[in-house]
Amino acid sequence: MSLELGEVDNDILFEWLLRRGDTVLVVGHRVSEWCGHAPVLEEDIALANIALDLIGQARLWLSYAGEVEGKGRGENELAYLRDVWDFRNLLIAEQPNGDFGKTLMRQLFVDAYQVSLLNALVSSKNSRIAEIAEKSLKEANYHFDRSADLVIRLGDGTPESHKRMQQALDDLWSYTGEMFIGDAVDTTMANVGIAPLPEELKPAWEDMIQTVMDEATLKIPDSGFAHTGGITGRHSEHLGHILADMQFLQRSYPGATW
Amino acid sequence: MVVPTDTIWQWLSEVPDPEIPVLSLTDLGVIRSVTWEDETLVVTVTPTYTGCPATSIINLDIETKLRSCGIVDLRLVQQLSPPWTTDWLTEDGREKLRGYGIAPPAQTEEEVAADKNRVTRLLSRRDPVVPCPRCASKNTKKVSQFGSTPCKSAYRCQDCLEPFDYFKCH
Repeated sequence: MSLELGEVDNDILFEWLLRRGDTVLVVGHRVSEWCGHAPVLEEDIALANIALDLIGQARLWLSYAGEVEGKGRGENELAYLRDVWDFRNLLIAEQPNGDFGKTLMRQLFVDAYQVSLLNALVSSKNSRIAEIAEKSLKEANYHFDRSADLVIRLGDGTPESHKRMQQALDDLWSYTGEMFIGDAVDTTMANVGIAPLPEELKPAWEDMIQTVMDEATLKIPDSGFAHTGGITGRHSEHLGHILADMQFLQRSYPGATW
Repeated sequence: MVVPTDTIWQWLSEVPDPEIPVLSLTDLGVIRSVTWEDETLVVTVTPTYTGCPATSIINLDIETKLRSCGIVDLRLVQQLSPPWTTDWLTEDGREKLRGYGIAPPAQTEEEVAADKNRVTRLLSRRDPVVPCPRCASKNTKKVSQFGSTPCKSAYRCQDCLEPFDYFKCH
């Protein structure tokens, strides 16, 4: 099979784009659940803003996915009218918010992943992907700064905050490995120079996380066990509950607009 | 009716930003180009932030303005690259922001100091110098990275004690 850089079958590209779009859509929705519930006003506003950025990025990925698929589905149909098994987000994106500390820990993991992935995608052989990455990277960088700042302050904070952050780290660690396990879709995308292999992102991600955890006086678990399945549509029970909430309006009142 | 693009730019400079009405869309630097393709006017717009809710309102306002000026065939195009940056705010726009009580994006950065917040030091970031838009004191403090809109941070002046919005660099 001859390979043309930047050229790939549409069904593979579609699949890969869904993974990008669904991950930021689902974690963006999770973060938006904090709206009106955060511990202080500034954090409430910060979380709402981060959710907006993530959902904005999801719109760029899913719009492109819809064009590539060529069946007339746009960002809205893809977000609101697919069921659980058609979603391709990483499992970490759908994990429940827990307390404020757990939400921040999840966000730190996702932000560091976004920074390392988008940095690589800026030089993608697919110009549309490179453009979306360049735009999203600016946002991912300041999201990471904020998450790192708060994880450090709470990790190296009071005995209670330290305990909760360590618990969050222990609880979520097994959902980080999936970020770096690729499949045939990833291999194809890497071969044509559109995207990096997931495992290539791991050293930069680990470096970012280790630096933050050292400063936060938190200990990364020894276990390398990773929950997997999200990128092929096998999800934890939580995603269905998210979709019931997120898709309610379009399911009950199809085509509703305002 | 093919109107000279200079005139179109003039019309667009009269459309206020929906969130910060003291700025026009041209002050903000979100209009990338204005061209005619035969009888169709093509206006290229770039989003400030991907999720900024003002983006769709901006498009609506552009369309409303141009239609009211007699433009019939109109197409709005979104362009992502190069991504919008606060460097594209016009000098005029920066002054308007300051007069409105919002500190414009900083053009200087301070040195990384020992008393800076830890993540700033750890990640070797440099904080911007943000003078208070009311009293011009440089003795100001960031209260939160996120303010009332995605493009702003919340600050406080340590001298006049007033809180203010800072239009952050992006």
